[in-house]
Amino acid sequence: MGAGFGEATPARRWRWGLLDLAVIAFALIPVLWIASLSFKTTATLTDGRLIPAEWTLENYQSIFDTSQFTRALVNSIGIALISTAIAVVLGMLAAYAVARLDFPGKRALIGVSLLIAMFPQVSLVSPLFDIERRLGLFDTWPGLILPYITFALPLAIYTQSAFFRQIPWDLEKAAKMDGATQAQAFRRVIAPLAAPGVVTTAILVFIFAWNDFLFAVTLTSTERSRTAPVALSFFTGDSQFEDPTGSISAAAVVITIPIIIFVLLFQRRIVSGLTSGAVKG
Amino acid sequence: MADIVLDKVSKKFPDGTIAASDVDLEVGDGEFVILVGPSGCGKSTTLNMIAGLEDISSGDLYIGGERMNDKAPKDRDIAMVFQSYALYPNMTVRENMSFPLRLAKLDKATVAQKVDEAARVLELEQLLDRKPANLSGGQRQRVAMGRAIVRSPKAYLMDEPLSNLDAKLRVQMRTQVSRLQKQLGTTTVYVTHDQTEAMTLGDRVVVMRQGRVQQVGPPQELYDSPANLFVAGFIGSPAMNFVHARLTDGQLSSVLGDVSLSGSLRRALAASDAPADLILGIRPEHFEDAGLVDEAHLGTGARFEGQADVVESMGSDKYVYLPLAAERASTAELDELAADAGATDLPASGAQLVTRLSAESPATEGAQVRVWFNPEKIHLFDPETGRNLTLAR
Ligand SMILES: Nc1ncnc2c1ncn2[C@@H]1O[C@H](COP(=O)(O)OP(=O)(O)OP(=O)(O)O)[C@@H](O)[C@H]1O
Ligand SMILES: [Mg+2]
Repeated sequence: MGAGFGEATPARRWRWGLLDLAVIAFALIPVLWIASLSFKTTATLTDGRLIPAEWTLENYQSIFDTSQFTRALVNSIGIALISTAIAVVLGMLAAYAVARLDFPGKRALIGVSLLIAMFPQVSLVSPLFDIERRLGLFDTWPGLILPYITFALPLAIYTQSAFFRQIPWDLEKAAKMDGATQAQAFRRVIAPLAAPGVVTTAILVFIFAWNDFLFAVTLTSTERSRTAPVALSFFTGDSQFEDPTGSISAAAVVITIPIIIFVLLFQRRIVSGLTSGAVKG
Repeated sequence: MADIVLDKVSKKFPDGTIAASDVDLEVGDGEFVILVGPSGCGKSTTLNMIAGLEDISSGDLYIGGERMNDKAPKDRDIAMVFQSYALYPNMTVRENMSFPLRLAKLDKATVAQKVDEAARVLELEQLLDRKPANLSGGQRQRVAMGRAIVRSPKAYLMDEPLSNLDAKLRVQMRTQVSRLQKQLGTTTVYVTHDQTEAMTLGDRVVVMRQGRVQQVGPPQELYDSPANLFVAGFIGSPAMNFVHARLTDGQLSSVLGDVSLSGSLRRALAASDAPADLILGIRPEHFEDAGLVDEAHLGTGARFEGQADVVESMGSDKYVYLPLAAERASTAELDELAADAGATDLPASGAQLVTRLSAESPATEGAQVRVWFNPEKIHLFDPETGRNLTLAR
């Protein structure tokens, strides 16, 4: 008899350990590289070493020298948070309906949202540009928030309806029998149980809005609403001979931080199994 | 407390399924009524309509004399216990039980007092601060009961509340439910699949089939005088034996032999102008080993002999299965019952006669067994309508 699938013989453990290491290295080395670049002096930028020979915070100082990057960060945070809040709440209501109710046009709704999710965003950029210029939305926060919501909604509906579907319907019936209105049943029984799903969705939507470059670069033109990823691409050296790589790396590290904070903050809430024990003996 | 009246209540789902049709039922104040029937017969739907969780398609529902059709569940003041228990997993036992009271905006002291009282009745005091995930099945079931009783509603609705428990616990909980209902004296409608629960718990039993009420009555009445084939086959375990029979001049011939009917049976049949072809039903417990019946009775009864297929000795009595040289009696009702019991999955080895004999019977597997039955105990049914023709005896 050979070793079973789940059995951990020493040889197996080594193999898996190596495989895990490879995956982690593959994912983390570029990040570490950028971090390393951000701490290097201009002279040592191209020395090809992972550990900087000379440490410096110059790059970080330089990106915060002008208001350009700070302003972009504020735009990014504001736009991403507002888009996330609206998309998650709208998505929650829609997901609840999709998971719980049979209404005319349900299939159409699901179909259309799937369509939006699959639509190539590039093909929408020029029409959006024209529309927003005419409506006066060009280069404003709502000008970015609206398309972000549109493209985040399918995701928000899908992930949340999956979570809603896991919640036993009996709980809602029980709440109604216990004297709750539909709204109370949702707020006091269903919503707390759906919280992990809501948080997971919020993180996904936030990351999408935060990382977006395509819409942000075409639908903005000034510091007024330019987001961090776009601002980063506008970095130039002080002279045309100066390499902006260091500042770009520093900025890249800075814009990664909110995502890490966001995920760490809510990680504990993204636990499934919260519904265990609700039903059955 | 209140009575519950269903007046020609029907439910048609949007997809066209008719889950209940013209259900008439009166549940008296403080009465314990059981709904039974095979899977999919509309028990849960009927209960949900009383609860207000399903809309009523037509007919009227009254609780305590007040028409309830258009009232939301929360305005009907009835509590429900679900098969899945439906405990709120994010709340402790105490929070679960106090949930209806907090919704009713009772003050803290009253809530605490009521929850403690219910917890004492159900022996849940030690568990009040646990989450449902950390409770055993029986404890969860008790919490579900607790949540229903804390607020002293007008009525309880229970949908197979014990069916997720193992057999032993189910017996314990059954007696507890029965005691609790008597103690509280609250009107209760209880749905079950389980024969024993149906026979032992309720004041009256409602047998349903395909959305229609077949018969309503005290358990003993359903057992003694089933209104039709379906009720006869559904109530009682093991089920009643059914064979085809032919009536000629007061003589009934079937694979069980020829029997001459008594005067009262004959009159009952004549009064309901019975057809010549009938279905004969007789319960397993109405057989006895012919060797154990005294001479005086032996002559008045009928006898049947066969080679025992299987003998199951239960200690107190013996189940003896005898092969019958005939097809299993088949009508729409009987086929449905067989399907519900899973009997259609068995190889169709013809019909079998199930008999329950005294433990003293010497019957052994493979041996010839002679059984005796009293013709007074038989039921005769119209194969077309399923109606019991011998009710008026
Ligand atoms: N929402 C629905 N839409 C359409 N048909 C339904 C719906 N709910 C139930 N039904 C059908 O109505 C009939 C009665 O269902 P119901 O749940 O009342 O049965 P039941 O007697 O409680 O069965 P069980 O013993 O299996 O719980 C079934 O045929 C079922 O398929
Ligand atoms: Mg049911």
